[in-house]
Amino acid sequence: MSETVRHFQADLELLKTRLLEMGGLAEERVRTVVDALVNGDREAVNRVLEGDRAINQLHIEIDNRCFTLLALHQPMAVDLRAIVSAVKINTDLERVGDLAVNIAEAVVRYMRNPPVKELIDIPRMASIAQSMLRDALDAYVRRDTALAQSVLDCDDELDALKTQVFRELLTYMLQDPTTIEPALDLILISRHLERIGDHATNIAEDVIFMVLAKDVRHHAGEPGV
Amino acid sequence: MPAVTALETSAPLQTPAAAPADSNAIVDVRDLNFYYGAKRALEAITIGIQPNLVTAFIGPSGCGKSTFLRTLNRMNDIIPGTRVEGQVRINGQDIYRAGSDVVDLRRRVGMVFQKSNPFPKSIFENVAYGLRINRLAKGRATLHARVEESLRAAAIWDEVKDRLHESALALSGGQQQRLCIARALAIRPEILLMDEPASALDPIATQRIEELIYQLKSRYTIVIVTHNMQQAARVSDHTAFFWLGKLVEYAPTDRLFTNPAKKLTEDYVTGRFG
Repeated sequence: MSETVRHFQADLELLKTRLLEMGGLAEERVRTVVDALVNGDREAVNRVLEGDRAINQLHIEIDNRCFTLLALHQPMAVDLRAIVSAVKINTDLERVGDLAVNIAEAVVRYMRNPPVKELIDIPRMASIAQSMLRDALDAYVRRDTALAQSVLDCDDELDALKTQVFRELLTYMLQDPTTIEPALDLILISRHLERIGDHATNIAEDVIFMVLAKDVRHHAGEPGV
Repeated sequence: MPAVTALETSAPLQTPAAAPADSNAIVDVRDLNFYYGAKRALEAITIGIQPNLVTAFIGPSGCGKSTFLRTLNRMNDIIPGTRVEGQVRINGQDIYRAGSDVVDLRRRVGMVFQKSNPFPKSIFENVAYGLRINRLAKGRATLHARVEESLRAAAIWDEVKDRLHESALALSGGQQQRLCIARALAIRPEILLMDEPASALDPIATQRIEELIYQLKSRYTIVIVTHNMQQAARVSDHTAFFWLGKLVEYAPTDRLFTNPAKKLTEDYVTGRFG
């Protein structure tokens, strides 16, 4: 690198900063809404429901930045992959923000009924999904494929918890039909959290592609597939 | 080049919607027509070039962009048989009005050419020469300081500081070009015109010139002619697209390259012709 940083590199760094910002906002909304579920905090839920102008604006801004970087700088190799990955990660993060709203809607419905049970697995799922998201974004910024791989490895745990939540709530619903409505909302919430984990794994796959130019989606990297 | 009728040019080309001549412009051109003898090379050019930005002129060979660049410091005057109609105002003053000082104009509006043309003198003398004949540096200390300042501004000082009295012709192509930029900057222009400044250089030297241009704009107004669209995209803030002597579109660079208003522009930047 010459003594003057090319302004393209500075613009690329700014893009990464924006992505991190967006990831942080998305992650925080998930945390807020699940905490609100556990604590019965109606106000916090409403805040998430109000929609998120900050995330939406970042979503548009990040796409514009990527578009401009591609048009004006003709990036090559890892820079090109980084920018294309940024476009995709942007979409995944925006969906995470939407899923937080979906969770909030389920929480509102859930709160109309007496609680079904003490919540343990759902907060655990939320915690895993949040850390997967955080790690995936860190992996992007630091170009850390080992960290990205660890995110992919977490996915199974999240899936197992989702199944466990379903099985447990099924027993409640079978024993007492008045719990069916709220139990279904909890199942929905667990599915939304599992989807958030999926978006984190998408991001992790994009990181591996960006760094190694290796496409590991759909288990393409595995032998015999 | 495809026939004119194949392109959507049947409507008369309008004055570009973006950035018309306005009072903020440092170079304010209105309805400029330029003739080589009987042949009109530039037609009804109206454009306002903004200060402290890089403006790129792009377009296929023969479109008039270099001719237009040279009208901005009256370099075309030295070509016999040329004629200018219309106005070119720099800082509010029409540079073609009778009695205007062309020598002073060319000091204020410096120029760097495609093929670098250092004087067959030492590196130091190349930069000092303009300062001396314009009487811009009184005394040896001031002269040295100004030479160093200019070489630093052109991002070449570190490479030449220990050999200032060696011949400029011994420098590489890229270094010679940066020396020519230093020479132009020494006499403190307001505007720097650059006619394909990097087209004779290798990619690394080109990148250094582009980064230099990006840095210089905070202190100068830069207008660069380039046949390399990607260079215009990388380095400029505004881009003007010329075709057959007309200004087709003038817009912020990011808009012109991502969503041009005119189909002709889009055909050019996507490489469909030219």
